[in-house]
Amino acid sequence: MSYSPIELMICCAARELENGRSVAVGTGIPCAAAMLAQKTHAPDLVIMFEAGGLAPQLPTMPISVGDSRTFHRALMASSMCEIMQFAQRGQVDFTFLGGAQIDAYGNLNSTVAGDHKKPTVRFPGSGGANDLASLCWRTMVVTQQNARRFVEKLDFLTTPGYLTGPGSREEAGLPPGTGPYRVITDLGIYGYSSTTCRMQLQSLHPGVTLDQIRAATGFRLEIAESVGRTEIPTAEELRILRDEVDPRKYILGRGQ
Amino acid sequence: MDVLSQGQGPMLSDSSANAQREAFRAKPRALTDKVTTVKEAVTRLVHDGDYLAIGGFGTNRIPAAVCHEILRQEKKNLRFAGHTSTFDFQLICAGNLLGRGPTLAAVDAAYIVGIEARGLSPHARRVMESGTITSVEWSNYSLAVRLHAGAMGVPFLPMRSMLGTDTFRHSAAKVISCPFTGEKLCAVPSLVPDVAAIHVHEADQFGNCRLRGTSVADIELSRASKRVIITCERLIANDEIRREPWLTAIPFLCVDAVCEVPGGSYPGNMPGEYFSDEDYIRQWMAVEKDIEKYKAFLQEYVYGVADFAEYLRKSGGADRMADLHRQELLM
Repeated sequence: MSYSPIELMICCAARELENGRSVAVGTGIPCAAAMLAQKTHAPDLVIMFEAGGLAPQLPTMPISVGDSRTFHRALMASSMCEIMQFAQRGQVDFTFLGGAQIDAYGNLNSTVAGDHKKPTVRFPGSGGANDLASLCWRTMVVTQQNARRFVEKLDFLTTPGYLTGPGSREEAGLPPGTGPYRVITDLGIYGYSSTTCRMQLQSLHPGVTLDQIRAATGFRLEIAESVGRTEIPTAEELRILRDEVDPRKYILGRGQ
Repeated sequence: MDVLSQGQGPMLSDSSANAQREAFRAKPRALTDKVTTVKEAVTRLVHDGDYLAIGGFGTNRIPAAVCHEILRQEKKNLRFAGHTSTFDFQLICAGNLLGRGPTLAAVDAAYIVGIEARGLSPHARRVMESGTITSVEWSNYSLAVRLHAGAMGVPFLPMRSMLGTDTFRHSAAKVISCPFTGEKLCAVPSLVPDVAAIHVHEADQFGNCRLRGTSVADIELSRASKRVIITCERLIANDEIRREPWLTAIPFLCVDAVCEVPGGSYPGNMPGEYFSDEDYIRQWMAVEKDIEKYKAFLQEYVYGVADFAEYLRKSGGADRMADLHRQELLM
């Protein structure tokens, strides 16, 4: 069965979410991934939305992280402070974010391209991303990969990854033991080196070469000792994704 | 308590707890009938240069009628709490660069310009990329904590995000060491808006409010703001409130005006009532691309109509709302 790069990204992202864990998700692809996970291997995934939705059973993919779907058959419709306090107390395992730019340490820019005072592009800003990446145990990012997005230096560091390397999160005062965990793109899957805290290639998507990956990365990429091949989406994953998660193609229709 | 470092962004509002007490001392305690029109409420309670905050979550449970009226009355140089703001920000900045303002002068920016998964608002981008707006960066939670401090009546609160980032460096927050444990914390100043507008499901004539779904930061916002305009889907009797007082989310003591606006979150979502009108939001974003077309669009749908009821009639009326109601109920 053929599949699009976005469908592969969503499937890879969903597979990372473990049943019985808690995840705070951002808008767009992260929502779709959480819903796919809930409908496949992780029915008891505790999904949290920053607007206050706690443990919903998502009927369709939310368009907004504050719309009615985010607390459909939920266990609580709470508040921004309630959800973020769960994260600040250490009860949120994963967060799933997007971003306009990412660097080797997993720091994200979603604020501006160019100068802050008079930007060439104004993006939304942190939203809840800075909070969730500061406070949740493991941060995962889903984004398209190219050299404009994977940059040596961000125009603006909106959301913390490993900042400047080992020890710098703790030095800044961020909770110990937290930080970036995975990056999932249309080309591969990445983790982070335990010694340098830099992004490290772990798996190549089908048909993608190392040269392609390097050309789409603006910083020096570390390569894991054994790089795997990403498993393609199953027919069942694709069916659920197309028929149940995003039948109106809000996310799947992008770039088509 | 040592200040270890501080953001370079300006403070857009006063966080003095004593000044706040003086302002709140004057708020009425009596049970008075506060039912009025949106036009009268905005005339009386929103002033040029005010610090404004909008409840809800961008395209969900937003007081759209108040945003429209602020545009229609051509309020100027507002400072704005860009907390979880999407379509509401799109509205509030619509007077800028179009010869009807500037509505907006400065923003505490946690989330602006974006309309979540739908993309970026072309006009909001134009406004923010013009270099004419003071933008101070925050995160959604830090603005919620700032409102929580305002609700508590204390000048600041500590929290653990923003640390180590440019978001912090472009904010007005400070890094402090905890006086008890020595741990590094981000101290954020209280946010006490001059005026807030919040859309709820039901309110009585005195301003006791009920809402369904997530409260986002509206519990904090309603307590922290000097003046509060409530729009509601339905007015209900005070007896209803007294029968189940545990359902009251915002009490009358916080509220200065109550306006009945059925469909008042349109084209946003209202939990249990109607879903967001995605076709309309897409159409609005598309028309923003061309500044002349956008001017004509705003003239037709905002400046040229008398009130929100007329706007709703022009935007599809009862048939459209019935369809959005079915969508909301997944029918």
